[in-house]
Amino acid sequence: MVPEVTRDQETELFDMEVRLLLEAVYLRYHYDFRDYAVSSLRRRMRHAMARFDCARPSDLQHRLLHEPDLFAQALQYFTVQVSEMFRDPGYFLALREHVVPVLRTYPSIKLWVAGCSTGEEVWSLAILLAEEELLERALIYATDINPEALQAAESGTFALDRVAQFSRNYLAAGGRASLSDYYTSAYQGVVFDRRLKKQVVFADHSLATDSVFSEVHMVSCRNVLIYFNRDLQDRAVGLFRDALVHRGFLGLGSKESLQFGTHAREFEQFVPAQRLYRKVAA
Amino acid sequence: MTAVTDLRRDFDAIVIGASAGGLRALQELLSVLPADFAVPVLVVLHLPRDRPSRVPELLGQYCALPVREALDKQPLEPGAVVFAPPDYHLLVEDETSLALSVDEPVLFSRPAIDPLFASAAAVFSRRLLAILLSGASADGSEGVAAVRHAGGIAWIQRPEDAAAPVMPASALAHAGADAVLSLQDICNRLAVPS
Ligand SMILES: C[S@@+](CC[C@H](N)C(=O)[O-])C[C@H]1O[C@@H](n2cnc3c(N)ncnc32)[C@H](O)[C@@H]1O
Repeated sequence: MVPEVTRDQETELFDMEVRLLLEAVYLRYHYDFRDYAVSSLRRRMRHAMARFDCARPSDLQHRLLHEPDLFAQALQYFTVQVSEMFRDPGYFLALREHVVPVLRTYPSIKLWVAGCSTGEEVWSLAILLAEEELLERALIYATDINPEALQAAESGTFALDRVAQFSRNYLAAGGRASLSDYYTSAYQGVVFDRRLKKQVVFADHSLATDSVFSEVHMVSCRNVLIYFNRDLQDRAVGLFRDALVHRGFLGLGSKESLQFGTHAREFEQFVPAQRLYRKVAA
Repeated sequence: MTAVTDLRRDFDAIVIGASAGGLRALQELLSVLPADFAVPVLVVLHLPRDRPSRVPELLGQYCALPVREALDKQPLEPGAVVFAPPDYHLLVEDETSLALSVDEPVLFSRPAIDPLFASAAAVFSRRLLAILLSGASADGSEGVAAVRHAGGIAWIQRPEDAAAPVMPASALAHAGADAVLSLQDICNRLAVPS
């Protein structure tokens, strides 16, 4: 039974205005945030309001409707660009130990990093595949809705002060060499070896509005679904199911689970501790 | 005493924030909750970001209720204690479920207390009890303000009673409280059997 709740009228009004703002953004720019998790969206809308000097969400809506340039900046508030190379090393170690041996049996391999942000996960995966001598026959689709993030991802450039953490993660993830073998230092930070992205396609794709574009052997979608409500999570996981080959793999973030969604039974746990799933036979 | 004995009737959720010195305080607090405590309890304890936490497992030994770490979109369970995982903010999504986020750390912390308290206040308003314990950070101050602004109740550990007084003192100065209590008094109020 749902407990009876008297909601503060102020919050109700705020939420109402946010809903209208999201509707406006959808109609005007075709970015669909209407089914994002409200708890974190509320917070980010407050930050955007502060940044753009708006007292109310409806003021922000007004500006967004009439100032397209502002929308490009505001997009950084609608989406969250937080990532790290080999984030949760245990996940990448499990890929290496349990998924790679299966991928090896295919003549060619396609992987989809959905919500790749600024590319840390993609470059990590490319390095892992290179070390397993699978990169040459792999194709990685790296998709996101944030064009600035995609651009950064493609450049393979990361700030110097982040590299020590990346290196620690790389080693904990079973790295075979030294992370520094893969990058050179440049003025802006470190730049990863361009050869690693020969097999990567960076593309604009929304899990909220777009459909499946290819068959893939593995989907890695980490810390993206947490920003969706359950309906949108179900939509996204449905896309993954449709994109995956027979017995394909799905990897989620360390605190994400399929168990609360409608597609739970279409996947089985593969490495439960690392949130690696496998599509069950139809 | 009526306001106290009716905890379970008055509140749909309890949120707790703790930082430095908070582990011991939480151990005491969770150990007094009776097995039939039918309110969901959500906890943010500041944690190192880069390793798994053994806190829920550890504190589970002292608590009559199940103690777990949150998963994204997990249903809110009456009578379970749920901790924010390391490196994620814990949020109340709606009356029936939780959410996680990797949004920027707040005052250098992820998980942080402010996002939990503010999100819970937005959902439960008057029917929320927030408890702020020991800590050396200013996290929690905004959260307590949000809870009280929405009509919820905030209990703050008396700074002199806390192992680290900064966090409760900062919240008191910033947002005030509905009660300033020793840990013992907080436990006494929570322990009342139904
Ligand atoms: C927190 S980052 C996760 C980055 C990376 N996967 C990781 O785990 O380190 C979330 C990413 O999801 C992207 N995103 C948000 N909504 C999306 C959607 N509808 N479709 C695809 N990507 C989306 C954001 O732009 C952001 O880059």
